[in-house]
Amino acid sequence: MTTPSFSPETTPGFPGIFSKDNLNLKLWLGIAWLGFLILPWYAAYDGFWSFIWVTDGYPTFDEYSPGILQITMHDRWWLWPVALFLLLPLSALSWSKTDPRYALTLLFSGGLGFAFTLSQGFILGLHGWGWEFLGDVFGPTEQKQFGMGYGALLVCGGFLFMFTQGLAARGAIKGDVFVCGSIGFCIVLVAIFVFFPVGRILINSLQDDEGNYVFSLFLEKITSHSIWGLDCFSSNLSCGVAWNSLLMGVLVGLATTVLGLAFALLVTRTGMQAKGFVRTASLLPIITPPFVIGLALILLFGRAGAVNVFLEWAFGIPPSRWLYGLTGILIAQILAFTPIAFLVLIGVVEAVSPSMEEASQTLRASRWQTFWTVSLPLMRPGLANAFLLGFIESLADFGNPLVLGGQYEVLSTQIFFAIVGAQGDPGMAAVLAIVLLMFTLTAFYAQRRWLGKKSYATVTGKGDAGVHVRLPKRVAWMAYLTAAPFLIMSLVVYGMIIFGGFVETWGYKHNFTLKHYIAEFSLHWSEQYGLLWEGAAWNSFWTTLQISAISAPLTAGLGLLTAYILVRQKFWGKDIFEFLTMLSFAIPGTVIGVGYILAFNVPPIEITGTGVILVVCFIFRNMPTGIRAGIAAMSQLDPSLDEASLTLGAKSFTTLRRVLLPLLRPALVAALVFSFVRAMTAISAVIFLVSADYDMATSYILGRVEFGDYGLAIAYSSVLILVMLAAIGLIQLAVGKRELGRRESFEF
Amino acid sequence: MVRFPFLFNLSEGVNMKMIRLALLSMLFFMVAVPSFAAGRLTYYCSTDIPWCELMKKEFEKRTGIRVAMTRASSGETLTKIRAEKSNPKGDVWWGGTGDPHLQAAEEGLSQPYNSPKLSELHDWAKTPHTATGGKTVGIYLGALGYGYNKELLAKKGLPAPKCWNDLLHSAYKDEIMMAYPSTSGTAYTTLASMVQLFGEDGGFNYMKGLHKNISQYTKSGSAGIKASARGEITIGVVFVHGAVKQATKGFPIEAVAPCEGTGYEIGSASIIKGARNLESARKFIDFALTADVQSMSAQVKSYQVPSNKNAVSPPEAPDVSSIKLIDYNHALYGSKAERTRLLKKWDAEVKVLPR
Repeated sequence: MTTPSFSPETTPGFPGIFSKDNLNLKLWLGIAWLGFLILPWYAAYDGFWSFIWVTDGYPTFDEYSPGILQITMHDRWWLWPVALFLLLPLSALSWSKTDPRYALTLLFSGGLGFAFTLSQGFILGLHGWGWEFLGDVFGPTEQKQFGMGYGALLVCGGFLFMFTQGLAARGAIKGDVFVCGSIGFCIVLVAIFVFFPVGRILINSLQDDEGNYVFSLFLEKITSHSIWGLDCFSSNLSCGVAWNSLLMGVLVGLATTVLGLAFALLVTRTGMQAKGFVRTASLLPIITPPFVIGLALILLFGRAGAVNVFLEWAFGIPPSRWLYGLTGILIAQILAFTPIAFLVLIGVVEAVSPSMEEASQTLRASRWQTFWTVSLPLMRPGLANAFLLGFIESLADFGNPLVLGGQYEVLSTQIFFAIVGAQGDPGMAAVLAIVLLMFTLTAFYAQRRWLGKKSYATVTGKGDAGVHVRLPKRVAWMAYLTAAPFLIMSLVVYGMIIFGGFVETWGYKHNFTLKHYIAEFSLHWSEQYGLLWEGAAWNSFWTTLQISAISAPLTAGLGLLTAYILVRQKFWGKDIFEFLTMLSFAIPGTVIGVGYILAFNVPPIEITGTGVILVVCFIFRNMPTGIRAGIAAMSQLDPSLDEASLTLGAKSFTTLRRVLLPLLRPALVAALVFSFVRAMTAISAVIFLVSADYDMATSYILGRVEFGDYGLAIAYSSVLILVMLAAIGLIQLAVGKRELGRRESFEF
Repeated sequence: MVRFPFLFNLSEGVNMKMIRLALLSMLFFMVAVPSFAAGRLTYYCSTDIPWCELMKKEFEKRTGIRVAMTRASSGETLTKIRAEKSNPKGDVWWGGTGDPHLQAAEEGLSQPYNSPKLSELHDWAKTPHTATGGKTVGIYLGALGYGYNKELLAKKGLPAPKCWNDLLHSAYKDEIMMAYPSTSGTAYTTLASMVQLFGEDGGFNYMKGLHKNISQYTKSGSAGIKASARGEITIGVVFVHGAVKQATKGFPIEAVAPCEGTGYEIGSASIIKGARNLESARKFIDFALTADVQSMSAQVKSYQVPSNKNAVSPPEAPDVSSIKLIDYNHALYGSKAERTRLLKKWDAEVKVLPR
């Protein structure tokens, strides 16, 4: 009787290092050792992509030494255990995966190694002890260390995957190494880049001005009248910010979902002409450069705006400021967030199986009945996720309420001013953020309950060659009537924006000029230096493009991977994990920005001032759209498809790549488009994270807007809009279409 | 025994290639890394972009120090400096209203410096310096006032306001915009100025009277005058230079420095505590207080009054001798305790009143 490790090709007791046994372990162990022996343990002061260390004293110079030399040469003896935890798993190489010692060794060294490496970074920081009480207990220390660098990063990664391989060897997730690794990877990332910074700032809610923890103060703040007051029912004073926000969020969530559905139905199930045009026009508002939409609406509907001027001229109605308040916020937010609902819904609507509708009609249901009782209920996962996104986006949005809100106070603006305003009360900001998160949590559970435990699978392995029936006439008309005003609005608004870039002073002096474009984007050819990028905007433009292009695929990839884990796998704490992924999306960017500085400005993870912090921030802020779109789409795919693939011997990674991903193309497009566009237009978190070398377009535009240079801001925005349209086209081209039976599929 | 043959096997055969690659990349980095013999400076700027850029370029030209600039509003910059406290990344913070600078000084986020240029400054510019023990110094002055839209005023047949008390007239009901004192430095300066001008009770009575005429409280200080420029509202309470700026952009805005006298902000500059390039930061402060540097602000359409006595005031700048400035107590009204007290009182006594 032989076990696999005693197969003839390998030396008994020691499987050849190049044999395929334990390949994963060898890979990650190799990476970890590489990080420990070769690469600099600490981060170079000059940034993540700077390789100055290669020539500047590596490997012996203190700041650039690898882990092993830090211990032996620079007296950082507390790193010894890292070596120990790296040595232990070497013995596991010679054991078979079924050997209980294999799993135990990996769990022990991977888990403890990871925990140790991370916590030693927190315990000993840039100025000695990471926490004051350590100094009280152990006395002062002369030792200090910098932020973690490549070396520590690889070692941590190695430990993490050793741990998940240990879990898999113990039989978790049916022993699937890839899925175990993915779960571990996603959880650790979300913990570090979402939970840690958000927690870092929410803890403020429990502290008073001197930094003492006072729970009663928290209770007093969170129950305060300004948050929960109900004066609007009894007097002409306004209600508490919480109610205002809730009303706004629910209205925007419902409206965007209905509009998104109307567009998705029109584009997939009617014989409408010019579908391509409608798709593009309905997607256009996803590209909302900060504050520009707000100004366009003011010029349109404000007291001196076109509509009011016309009303006064035609009917003698005196102009008023009806725009400012909930009305204005609703118009702007519905305009801005409908494309997100549309992106989530189009794939879902498309994937509803015609077979079920045919079955319904064969049973003599009318088209009207079929739509309401069969098609629409099958779209529920899409509707629920679209509503959730709309609701959360609305609560977290701060630009539109700021410009158009008038005196309608909402949580996001109050949070911004609690942090940044004259009063400077981060404790209050944290309390308000907690209220906001309570709403998000409620919405999250409400949508879960609404979906229930039913199956929405409509894409199965069975023959499914039908074509969707046309929408019933009445529904089609409803869809047209819902969509048309939106479409006209978005065309008018974007027309105005493009126009605004070419005139002297938008909204006042409308003589044609190119000077804004010249100031921002002029190129100059000189004999001496060649091409000179003279325009003021080039620097931030290229940075923005670069950061967006890097973060978009990472965001989409991580988002869909997380969706896969959440829909297809079961593990302990899944619900909490799912909610955590939405934290950084649900909280206003201001809080995230400050949280990121608090968390990542000091060792062990010191990335402020680099491009990395921007990329990371975008990934975790925009990932939830990928997750929601992925969840909606994946719950339509029959799990028997995965099972068939797995039964035929494919690994879970192969199944994900070859079976699921091609069926998820619309979700992938949604995730890529959203994350690319958001990386280019996000503002509130970015303000705090930009640095001289990494200035972003939006923070530059905001600087222009703050001082009323709208012409320049709009010229820049128009260029961004064109770039984003081109990028959306490219994304569509690169991802390709999903083919379902004979159904037509769609491009943007 | 455990062997690691793979470590060595891997390098066999690719040896030469790798060495060549390594050499090439070394060469690349030696070229790619410029030398900063004259040092560097991380500069946080809170005025508008053109002025920030002008200061950066001029300083680089004069000293050869490489400047890394980040621009954000003064509230945002203060928040950023506060969050970075445990490991400061910035060296010097220039521009923006004086209040956040005073707050930074109070919270121990900035450090004292006595520039040799101090003697050349107006007295008002030295007030914040003495009040904070040298942690911040005035670079320009902006008087508080308001601006109105001439076209809209004429259309409605309203009289032109000249004083603070004019704004209380019932004819201006629903025609005035100002910001919330708790969110905007401009509006807080207004509140503090009224308290100093008319006494605590008189000041609050004034704010209550004004409250009746306010159409809308905005969140940002400059929103009022921008709305006025585009005809959304008739009068916006702002700093006079903000109103002048809208007028020079071509909007029909008239700036008013009220007849009773008025408060002002002192745009300031501070060196951040824990600055990594302290010498460069000090050089920058000296540079920023120099007369000819301050005279350049008109080039970028900034019309504040410079703090150096010898600097040339731009012709569009409001003539400071024609404005009655009150003796603004920056030490008291810039302190956190007094600010919190006044804002709480405003919230409790003014905000809740019907309009």
